[in-house]
Order: sequence, then structure tokens, then C-alpha cells
Amino acid sequence: MNLSILIILPLITTFAILFVKGLKQVRTVAFIGSAAQFLLSLDLLFVYWKERAAGNTTQFLFDFDYTWFAPLNIHYHIGVDGISVAMILLTSFVVIAGVLVSWAQETLNKEFFFLLLFLSVGAYGYFISLDIFTLFFFLEVAVIPKFLLIGIWGSGKKEYSAMKLALMLMGGSGLVFVGLAGLYFNTNANGAHSFDLIQISQMHISVAAQKLFFPFAFVGFGIFTALFPFHTWVPDGHSSAPTAASMFLAGISMKLGGYGCLRVATYLMPDAAHYYSWVIILLATIAIIYGAFATMMQKDLKYINAYSSVSHCGFVLLGIGMLTQTSITGAVLQMVSHGLMTALFFAAIGMIYSRTHTRMVEQLGGLLKVIPFISTVFVIAGLCSLGLPGFSGFVAEMTVFMGSWQNPDQWYRLATILACASIVVTAVYILRATGKTIMGPIADLHYHGLTDATWNEKLATGILIIGIVAIGVAPFWINQLITPGAEYIFQHLGNVLK
Amino acid sequence: MGTDFFILMKQEFVLIAIIFILLFIKVGSKDWKNENILNLVNVLLLFNFVIGFFWNEDGILFNEMFKTNKLIITEKSILSLGTYIISLQSYSWLKNHKHVLEFYMLLLSTLVGMFFMISAGNLLMFYLGLELSTIPLAALANFDLEKRKSSEAAFKLIISSAFSSGLLLFGISLMYGTTGTLIFSELSQHLDGNPLQIFAFILLIAGFSFKISVVPFHLWTADVYEGAPVAVTSYLSVISKGAVLFVFVSVLYTVFKPLAVTWYNILFVLSVLTMITGNLFAIRQSNLKRFLAFSSIAQVGFILIGISGASQAGTASVIYFVLIYIFSNLGAFGVISLVSALTGKENIDDYKTFYKTNPLLSWILAISLFSLAGIPPTAGFFGKFFLLMAGAGQGNYVLITIAALNMIVSLYYYLKVVKAIFMDENETPIEKIAIPASPKLALFICIAGIVLTGLMSYIYEYIFSLTSAF
Repeated sequence: MNLSILIILPLITTFAILFVKGLKQVRTVAFIGSAAQFLLSLDLLFVYWKERAAGNTTQFLFDFDYTWFAPLNIHYHIGVDGISVAMILLTSFVVIAGVLVSWAQETLNKEFFFLLLFLSVGAYGYFISLDIFTLFFFLEVAVIPKFLLIGIWGSGKKEYSAMKLALMLMGGSGLVFVGLAGLYFNTNANGAHSFDLIQISQMHISVAAQKLFFPFAFVGFGIFTALFPFHTWVPDGHSSAPTAASMFLAGISMKLGGYGCLRVATYLMPDAAHYYSWVIILLATIAIIYGAFATMMQKDLKYINAYSSVSHCGFVLLGIGMLTQTSITGAVLQMVSHGLMTALFFAAIGMIYSRTHTRMVEQLGGLLKVIPFISTVFVIAGLCSLGLPGFSGFVAEMTVFMGSWQNPDQWYRLATILACASIVVTAVYILRATGKTIMGPIADLHYHGLTDATWNEKLATGILIIGIVAIGVAPFWINQLITPGAEYIFQHLGNVLK
Repeated sequence: MGTDFFILMKQEFVLIAIIFILLFIKVGSKDWKNENILNLVNVLLLFNFVIGFFWNEDGILFNEMFKTNKLIITEKSILSLGTYIISLQSYSWLKNHKHVLEFYMLLLSTLVGMFFMISAGNLLMFYLGLELSTIPLAALANFDLEKRKSSEAAFKLIISSAFSSGLLLFGISLMYGTTGTLIFSELSQHLDGNPLQIFAFILLIAGFSFKISVVPFHLWTADVYEGAPVAVTSYLSVISKGAVLFVFVSVLYTVFKPLAVTWYNILFVLSVLTMITGNLFAIRQSNLKRFLAFSSIAQVGFILIGISGASQAGTASVIYFVLIYIFSNLGAFGVISLVSALTGKENIDDYKTFYKTNPLLSWILAISLFSLAGIPPTAGFFGKFFLLMAGAGQGNYVLITIAALNMIVSLYYYLKVVKAIFMDENETPIEKIAIPASPKLALFICIAGIVLTGLMSYIYEYIFSLTSAF
């Protein structure tokens, strides 16, 4: 399979959007484009399985290598392993749901869908890159569309949030750049330097260089995934963004960071990953607990989900920091699960907001009686968030905890226990918010006249719920998908350990 | 000599021929309409650009006074292209101007000066070229004849140029005194790093720094940029800066190679100062031309990082960046000059809700600013990336980290303009602007350049291959 199609298809869609007029045409094109992406990513999954079943054990499949900038040995090198396939699936799920949720986008709809799909170009390109220059290129491609999406179509203090997000993510990219440059100049592939992920993983980078550049790369990517204390863009950015942009931000964009932490920082600088793992664990644990308690204090539904994202993304970093095979698998699972779940949550919040015009918990109530479908979706998202068995959240968090416990260090176990304990807090805020908004008496007389979800909203949430349940009820398929990739990373970490 | 002579100096000859054609028109007839003159000049300038692709030969003339090779020809072609774009963009402004012919005669003589400067193989020739490229510029800065600010700008430019020329000349004479020669190829053999030579060298660097507005020699920049007509401002910011940068790079790597440690340290300090000062001042600006002046100062700070790199990667990345910088900056200036010519508005606040009335121009301005900020997939990303990689090749990661942090600051002020265009409310937005054909072509070239120069690796590889001769 030619992986470049994953970039070309959304690009064609964006160009097609430029040439059509009116909301109806624009959204039709966007829907066709995102549906094609969706089918393509499913196709990728099946082709990937077939290839693996046929006994192909190469680390990365569908490898394609083209020399881009010869003087610097920069390549356009793409390929996928199970982890990338999982992330690509997640992206396509969120993209199609995001397009469907924005079905009635009135103002500047052409620009809106253009930017939305352009963002997905960045995400796909990022997940298939095997050259860290290309990876960095796509990472930055995705920054400006977010700024415009929040700044133009957002609500509340949107300009402040958009600026904060853009600057913090740019800061992240800047740090990543320093890390990559340092890595590059410490590689030696037959006398030349290399950006190639596979090549670098087979080299031994000097431990001193790793220790120097690992923090740059990890913190840089970490900013994207709400690493404490650089998480402050998350609540503002998410809550100001329009619904689809929130879904993209939490569902895709934050995962770019987690993927980078794992694939670039940890995988390519294993010695430093061991050396700094206690810092990662510490920050992740703080993020998990702080995020959970901060969520308790929130009154705005979007802020609740945003802060809980900080907490949940902490699990991703915890899984990476624990450096066991199961915990790394768990981290990837958590990325996929959180991506789907939080996109669903934001979609539900967006639907509630567009009907009731408020996101304040105390002003809402009894929604189950008037808009049962949306309320059910909201409850499902909430239950997934608190880790109820049967949904993806349980599988992911369970795997992270199991993997974390495998790390025998007592302090790490303490961190694991603390992280586990945060689930109780999660249950408190989720159940409280759900109980207040969904159950109880109807808070406002106007709510009687509300209409339930339209077909596009049902389809959007349906797709996401299918994803969540597919992982929650039958986790083995995604586990099998991710495990080989995680095993490579783990073995690489193990090789340098002892 | 013979035919060689004409082929080696073909770009200079074409320019001088254009100047004479304009002179004959001026003397001969009064019936020429401005539109026709502008179209004629644009065609001739296009010819001047195209000629850079043919009959390219290496050679040395006049006892090493004038040298040329493929790299130098490429540098001249880049400047020709920039001048062509600026000429297309000034269409709306010059259409009703009384002195179109004089404008072009002055403009092109500065370009000839730059060509001689780039080709110089001798400090004296270099100085002559530099003077030829600066003095007419002061007259050009005064070309908004009714505006007081314009003549103020011209005056500031001529005084600061004279001062920097004085420094340069002092440096050159001291250099001559300590080495006994002015020829580049011989100079490098006589450099032994004695204090007087270092002093002379620092004077030379100060002279250069004035021309490319490196902090602390940048004070003239903002006022001159603000007062001068937009066409001249854009010419000052990309073409004359680019030319001096080309010379600066080649002189540092070839002539002053023995003093590499000295200039590396100087460049380190200057680039940090320049980036930080340029960026911090750019945040405070409300006038778009002043804003771009400070942003261009900050850009030079990044270029200095590239220069501090190893010779081949450094040279290639600087030339490549200047090419991209021409596209990006001229894209932004193109929109500003259209708006300024038709409405006279130049403040960032005036651009609020610009998107509602002029979506196309808004996107062009935004994409140009993204390119200046170094956001992919625009070419600016690649330009900055290669500059910083060249700098990182020296192992100075402190410098790279400072630069990376400066990228955040610069993104902030570029996004402030984008925010004004797309997000802010304004009751009296700039009305819809009809774009004449020539500026449209110029903007198209800029956007095509911004998109393609980066993604098409061929361009960087070509420049890189030319620099291997160093």
C-alpha cells in the first residue's frame, strides 16, 4: 500500500473545498473526503494485518524512501508499524466525526472545513513519518490551523486562548527542534549525519548527548500532550475552540505529542529515557492527580473535559515513563482510547451547548428527559472517562497500571498507586457532572422545546462509540496491533539497560 | 578580453543598457504614458532576470577587480528577480507618479552597484559598488515628494550610510596599511591577527552591520522604512540587504578565514542581540512598515546564525534564505503597497476585518507572514531550519536554543497581524481593493515562491552544489 495516499487524499479534499461554493457543497466535499480517509484507514488496518499474518516481521511496513534534501541527508521516509496504524485509525475516526458535527457550520464554512482537513494532513503525515525532519515538518503544519480555528470560530476569550495555544505549541516545536538538531549532529551513518528513525535507532548515540538532548525533545513533545507544568494551554484552548476543533485538539493534536515522546524521545534516546524516567513519572503523577482535582473545581463542561484531559494524558506519560512493555502498550492504548472518548465528550458537550446555549453545570439539568440521545452519548463518554469495564478507558488504564506495576522500583510503585487512586476522583467529578446535567429535574422551561440529535450528529457519535466499544469489549485486536511495536521499543530500551 | 568581457559582465551590461534606454526615452520624447513605461521596464527587467540562466561562465577581469562564477550569477539573478517583483508591485503607486523614469534610473543604478559589489575581488571595487548602491537609494527614499516623512527618511539614510561608509573606508585603509594589498585573494595570506588588523576588521564588520541593520547599528532602519515609499522600503529590506549579505558571507569565509575565531565570537554576540532586540521592538509597533522593519532586523539575527555555521552549509543556507526572504517579505509588502497606494492606510489597526473585504489579499498577507515566522509548509520553515542547522553544525546549542525561543516571540507578533486581519472587529474596514494585473502577477510569483521554494528540494540542492567551490 502506498502510504502517501494518506497525505494526498486530505490534500485533494482541501483543494476541492476551495473550488466549491456554499455550505451544502462544501460539507458534502468534506464529508466525502473524510469518509474516504475513514475507509482508507480501515483498509490500511486490514492490509497491515494481512501482511503480518503472511509472516512479514519487518518493524515498519509499506516502507517508502525518497531523498528530499540530499545535502542534509533529509529523506521523505514513510512507513507504519502497529502503533502508527492505531493512531491513523484514531485520526480518521475523529476527522469524520468532526466533519459531521460541524454540519451546520454557517459562518465562513469554506475556510472552516479547509483548515479542519488541513489539520488532518499534518496528523496523517506525522504518524507515518520515519524521518524525524518530516515528522517535525508535519508536527508544525498542524499548529497554525488550530490557531485560526480557535481564533475565528471560537467562543469566550478565543483570541487569548488561540494565541496562548499557538505560542506554547511553537515553544514545544522549538524545543523539539533543538533536540532533533542535537540528535542529528550526534549520529554517524558512514560519516554522514542522519534524520532517519530506523537508522538512528540502530546507532549508539553517546550517553552524554542523550542526556543533554532528551529533555529538549521530551519536554517539547510533552507540551503538545499537556505535560505538567506546560499544560496551561489545554483548558483555555479546548474550552474556547469550536466543537470540531476541540475534538481535533484533544483527539488528535495532543496525541501528536505522546507519539513523539514515545517514538522519538524515548525510542531514540533510550539511555536518557532510563536516566530521566523518574522525572517523567513525577511530572505525570502530578498531572494525573492535579488534573483530577482541578477538574473537581470546574463548573463549565468544556473545562471539566479539558482538565480531565490533562489528567488522562498523564496516564500516557506515566505509561511511557515506566518503560515496561505493557506500560508502553498501555500508553498507546490510552492515547487511542482518550482520543475517541474525549472527542465523543466534546461532541456531546457541543451538541448540548448548541441547544441550551450554556455549558455551566448548574444551569443544566434533566436533559435525559428532553434530549435522550445526546444525554445517553454524554453518559457513555463519561463512563468511558471514568474507566468503566466494557469501554476503551478501562482497557487502556488497566494496561497502564498493570505495566506500571511491573516496574519493581518502590517509588515508581508509589506513583502507580497514587495514579490508581486518582480514578476515584475521576468518578466523583464525572458522576457529579453527569448527575447534575443529565438527571434530576429539568432546569429551565426552555429545555422542553429542545430537539434531539440530527442524523449527522447521531452518525458522528455513533462512529466514535463503535470505536470505544470495539476496544472496550474486544481489546485483543488492538492489543495485538500495538504490542509488536511496543515490543520493539521495549527491547531497544532493554538492550541498553543491562 | 573581447567577447569574454561581454559575457562575463552580461548582467551589468543589460542593466546599464536598460538605464540608457530609459535615458533616451526621457531625453527623446514626452509622449510616453506611465503605463507603457512601466510595462516596458517590467519586460526589460524580466529579460535581465532570464539572462542569468544563459551563457554562464566563470572568469576574472581587470586584475581581479571583477570576478564571476555560477554562484555569483545566481546571487545576481536572485536580486534581479526581487527587483522585478518590486517593480511589478509598484505599478499602482508609480502609475500616477511624475518621475517614473528617474525612479527606475536610480533604482537600476543601485542594482548595478550591488552587482559590482558582489563581483568585487578587491576591497576598493567593493567599496565603489557599495557606494553606487547606497547614494541613489537616499534619493529613492525621498520619492514620495509631497511627504515630509519621506525626505526625513532620505536624510536619515544618507547620514547613516555616510557614517557607515566612513567606518568601512577607515577599516579598509587600516587593512591596506597592515597587509599592503586590497586584493581579496592576497589579503587572506597576509592576515596574521595582529591587534591593528583585528581593529580594522571590527571596523569593517561595523560597516557591514550598518548596511544589514544588525543591532546595535540598526537605529536608522525603522525610521527610514516608515518614511520611505513602500516600494523603496521593500527594496531596502530585501534587495540591498540581500546583496550586502551575499558579500558578507563570501568575504568572511574566503578573505577573513584566518580570523574565523574572532568573527565567530562577534557573530554570536551580534546575532543574539539582533534577534532579541528586533523581536522585542517588533512587538510594540503599530505601523506595518515599522513592524516589518523590526521583523527584518530579527530575521538578520537568524541569518547571522547561518553565517556562523561551516562555510558550505552556511553559505548555501544564507543564499537560500535570502531567496525565500525575498518571496515572503515581498508578498507582505505587495499587499501593504496595494493598500497603501489606494487608501494610504499603513497601521495594523487599519487591517482589522481586512478578511471580510479582501479575502484573497488577506490570505496572501497571512501566508507571507507565516513564511516569515517559519511555519511549514511555507518555504520560510525550510529557510530557517537550514540556517539553524548550519549554526548547530558548529555545536553551539546555546545559540540555537536562544534562536528557537526567539521563534516564539516572532510568532507572537506575526500572529498579532493575522489576528487583526481575521479576528478583530472594525467598523471602518479597508474597502475592497481591485488588484491590477502587474501587482497580481507579482503576488502570484511570491506565493508560488513561498510554496515551491521549500517543498522543491531541487533549489536548495542546486545552491548547495554551487557553494562547494568554497
